[in-house]
Amino acid sequence: MTQPPISAASYPPVIVVGAGPVGLTMTLDLAFRGLRDVILLDEGDGPAVGSRAICWSRRSLEILSRLGLGRQLVERGFTWQTGRVFQGDEELFRFDLQPDPGYGHPAFINLSQHEFEAALIDRLAAVGHPGVAWRHRVTGLTQTADHVSLTVETPDGPRIFRAAWVVAADGPRSMLRRLLGLGCIGRIFDERFLIADVRTSVDLGRERRFWFHPPFHPGDSALMHRQPGNIFRIDFQLGVDADPAAERKPERIMPRLERVLGDRTRFELIWASVYIFQCSRLERFVHERVIFAGDSAHQVSPFGARGGNSGIHDADNLAWKLALVIEGKAGPALLESYSAERVAACDENILHSARATDFMSPKPGMATVLRDAVLDLARTQPFARALINSGRLSVPAVLDGSPLNGADDPDAPRSARLGAACPDAPVRGEDGRPGWLLDRLGRGFVGLYIPPASGVPAEVAKAAARWRHLSPPIALLAVEEADDVAGLVRSRYGMAPGSFVLIRPDQHIAARFRSFDAAAVEAALARALGGKADAEEAACVA
Amino acid sequence: MRGLSSALNLPDPDGFYAELVRLYDGLDRDAAEAVSARLILLLCNHIGDRAVLREAFALARGAGLAKE
Repeated sequence: MTQPPISAASYPPVIVVGAGPVGLTMTLDLAFRGLRDVILLDEGDGPAVGSRAICWSRRSLEILSRLGLGRQLVERGFTWQTGRVFQGDEELFRFDLQPDPGYGHPAFINLSQHEFEAALIDRLAAVGHPGVAWRHRVTGLTQTADHVSLTVETPDGPRIFRAAWVVAADGPRSMLRRLLGLGCIGRIFDERFLIADVRTSVDLGRERRFWFHPPFHPGDSALMHRQPGNIFRIDFQLGVDADPAAERKPERIMPRLERVLGDRTRFELIWASVYIFQCSRLERFVHERVIFAGDSAHQVSPFGARGGNSGIHDADNLAWKLALVIEGKAGPALLESYSAERVAACDENILHSARATDFMSPKPGMATVLRDAVLDLARTQPFARALINSGRLSVPAVLDGSPLNGADDPDAPRSARLGAACPDAPVRGEDGRPGWLLDRLGRGFVGLYIPPASGVPAEVAKAAARWRHLSPPIALLAVEEADDVAGLVRSRYGMAPGSFVLIRPDQHIAARFRSFDAAAVEAALARALGGKADAEEAACVA
Repeated sequence: MRGLSSALNLPDPDGFYAELVRLYDGLDRDAAEAVSARLILLLCNHIGDRAVLREAFALARGAGLAKE
């Protein structure tokens, strides 16, 4: 090489490939972090066709609220929190995903992926992003020490795009994964499923319903979800021998639906698909300057709504880290922590998803005998109900053992332990009006602090003033006892006057302190930025 | 005093269940039945309380019949 190296600054900072829920969330989050000109490429010509992903969890809504559209999605979606489990005609039990009040968002909304993506695209435009470059298909990739080059088929012919970083959010059949020669490791399940969305005036309830041996579909299982506009998603387990080409035909689908809904004058088939799935992932998600997020990095079964939601959580974990690295405020160790944290989260999702699948479609022999024994005993034995697995629904992973985790408070409640996503709580705002804690946390590092009755001590105020000038800064959020209107900040976080919690920009808990110690907080910040050595040094000074 | 507990008494129920199913991996029907028999005997001895066991026997026999 005779040419001098070109600095990364001479390239656009980021290209996101794939304008699905994950790529859109990623681009939107980066826009809020000052990267408004991220190039967003997608091979399609508009938002996803059909419903596809529909269940969006509370954690995903909290993330999207931080990006300015969680409550709008709640208004558009169909809110639910109860699941009902049936064996044949008989209801075995119900479960409530949000039994406690005091959260700013519901346990789940159902909203089609099409509408979800359309809302994010509108939001991108509203924050001044140039929009998705549709019909841009990546065909080649090379990367050097300081940038990535993508060859892209566009409506105007082939073009080269360069950027310092590429986020591969290009779905389960990821072209970027293929171009890098990366394979996913895991299990492919051979059970086939039919998924159908129908509009109907028949009242099928508000809840998630799951049937073992459904009366309308003998032998297998079925799952039903309600969407806005009297649309229901019905998922039929078809078995391992089903012929996908035949099952996709309306003449096969309509009789199945008639057995649920009555004659076909009472419903309209909107969309259907026959699918199989796998539970697998890449070994790691960061490959030099190409970073994988969502289905390109990992796939799970749909039971538990862990696919789309975990992809949103990937984007949430990655965006702040990538922005800080691009700004030169953190080193590559912070990006490696994305891989470590999300691989662990992915393994948790895969474990739950694979177990649910094994329970729903047990192998012949003892696995089936045991499964049916559990269903049988569940009629009278509460313990057996706990063993029934119709999908364990998506909850945010606790980043236990993350290299970014700092000081711990061993007495913290499990729900707010080190690495947990921050639980919400009602708080009275500065204007005296009711509001939510997560809205007050914002998008940067925050120190959540409960001051003593005498007010914020001078020592804390002085540290907070200094922290405003750190790079990145820490904002102090002092919640007085009187503003913790339901006492839920104190109980959910296990906090008392004087205790302090350092919160990351993705609203996960980075460090916890029983009493205020400015130097220890600064050491925890350094650690949360991936700089372990710095943290130890600062701890020595403390 | 009610003897047999019907409330959940197993930590990590999903993990327990997966482990139980794995116990039978690769066994044919006869071998699986032999494993089940040994397992029942081991657990019965561990429980020890004849009244509790008798209750469990009746429940296991009756569960597959019409619901209560």
